[in-house]
Amino acid sequence: MLGLHDLLIAPFADFEFMRRALVGAVALALAAAPVGVMLMLRRMSLTGDAMSHAILPGAAVGYLLSGLSLTAMTVGGLLAGVIVAVAAGAVARASRLGEDVSLAAFYLTSLALGVTIVSLKGSNVDLLHVLFGSVLALDDGALTLIAAISTATLLAFAAILRPLALDSVDPGFLRAVGGGAGALTHLVFMGVVVLNLVGGFHALGTLMAVGLMMLPAAGARLWVDDLTALFAVAATIGVVSAIVGLVVSYHLSLPAGPSIVLTAGAIWFASLLVGRRGLLAGRLGRRHLEA
Amino acid sequence: MTALIEFDDLTLGYDRHPAVHHLSGAIARGALTAIVGPNGAGKSTLLKGVVGALRPLGGAIRLHDLARREIAHLPQAAEIDRGFPIGVYDFVAMGAWRRIGLFGGVGRAERSRIEAALHAVGLEGFETRPIGTLSGGQLQRAMFARLILQDARAILLDEPFNAVDARTQADLLRLVHHWHDEGRTVVAVAHDLGMVRAEFPETLMIARERVAWGPTAEVLTEATLNRAQTMIEAFDAGAHVCARAA
Repeated sequence: MLGLHDLLIAPFADFEFMRRALVGAVALALAAAPVGVMLMLRRMSLTGDAMSHAILPGAAVGYLLSGLSLTAMTVGGLLAGVIVAVAAGAVARASRLGEDVSLAAFYLTSLALGVTIVSLKGSNVDLLHVLFGSVLALDDGALTLIAAISTATLLAFAAILRPLALDSVDPGFLRAVGGGAGALTHLVFMGVVVLNLVGGFHALGTLMAVGLMMLPAAGARLWVDDLTALFAVAATIGVVSAIVGLVVSYHLSLPAGPSIVLTAGAIWFASLLVGRRGLLAGRLGRRHLEA
Repeated sequence: MTALIEFDDLTLGYDRHPAVHHLSGAIARGALTAIVGPNGAGKSTLLKGVVGALRPLGGAIRLHDLARREIAHLPQAAEIDRGFPIGVYDFVAMGAWRRIGLFGGVGRAERSRIEAALHAVGLEGFETRPIGTLSGGQLQRAMFARLILQDARAILLDEPFNAVDARTQADLLRLVHHWHDEGRTVVAVAHDLGMVRAEFPETLMIARERVAWGPTAEVLTEATLNRAQTMIEAFDAGAHVCARAA
């Protein structure tokens, strides 16, 4: 029988790679939470997913040029993400395709291109690394990068929160009173999304990175209504998922990245059932109020 | 009278098809004007042109001693996401954007303005209610409170009394008259001709082109109403270039 210490503390106390994974995943979760909440509220939940695919060819080109190099893959991913975000917006404005269709077209092409580029040079192991990350092998460079991105994200959010919220509630009003503030805010926000996906990509891979973004946000929405509370609850769910996911993966020998995302998924599902705004809450037969 | 917003042979439209055609005239400083006309007459288009959301296909809109940002516009179908978790207080406070901007704090003066605006529209006690829980009439009251906060010199209202009950309409009309008394210029698109006769001194009747413009009693006559009704509403995809286009 495992004691609490063996269960929760020992994995991190005994192994440095587990401590590194913990720091990286917690930092990621803290920044990804507000990003995910705003994506959700702006009805862009799938945009995050699309963008995470879109950064793949950039990272793959970096990989092709200099192997599994942190810098090359980060720069490549950032470039590809920004290009796709801007291009999809531009195509949506210039053609009759909506932004969602344009994004879908871009990311499907990007994903195929990225996988092709990686397999040009690498082995299947490398491909798996790019697609699903390696949270248990974060070196100093990767940790610094993740910490820097999380810090930048929170600072950026502090700066753009007001116009971002306004642009989400009533974009027409912000266009009228704020001039270009709405468009600029959207651009900064998309930049932050790309940054977080690139940070998440080293730990969780392109396909899983978006999990720590959207699942805590979706879970939080089932508990609270207030924007500030949404940020707090989503961040808490993200951090708890990171810790529990790593512990579960350690004891059950499961892949770490997917078990973090699976934990977040489990919390979302539980919230769906028993959350204050969940499926069961409306059926408990509580009597209605006077007014 | 001094013209505040002047239309000079103005044509506004979409994809080269005119929705407002060769309109000339002016809205005087401090006027309280109703815009009436059948569906598709170009009423909303005209307001969009004034706030600069639509570029003229021909002619010009001239603002005299009035900056675009001093005009407040209440669109007919605002793109409000009512699912967004924001309370009535914060929603109304958005009207103070020009004064507080990106980082400005909402100080005591601003807070008392917001409270006064909520009081003026009868939404005290709704401060923390999410906008998603408001009825259509209550949301329209909140929009008016936001307009109060904007403190604009010219206020353009696009069908502000649509789908609101008699009491809400009366309350909102009281605000419109209050703005008028303060010397602001108010333009409202409306369909209820009885209400226009009772409440608006001036009326512009358009049916793509100007039908009549002046004191309401002179504009809303049987002859002009019949003329407006005969407006060609059909859209002609193969329309020729307008002979009057320069």
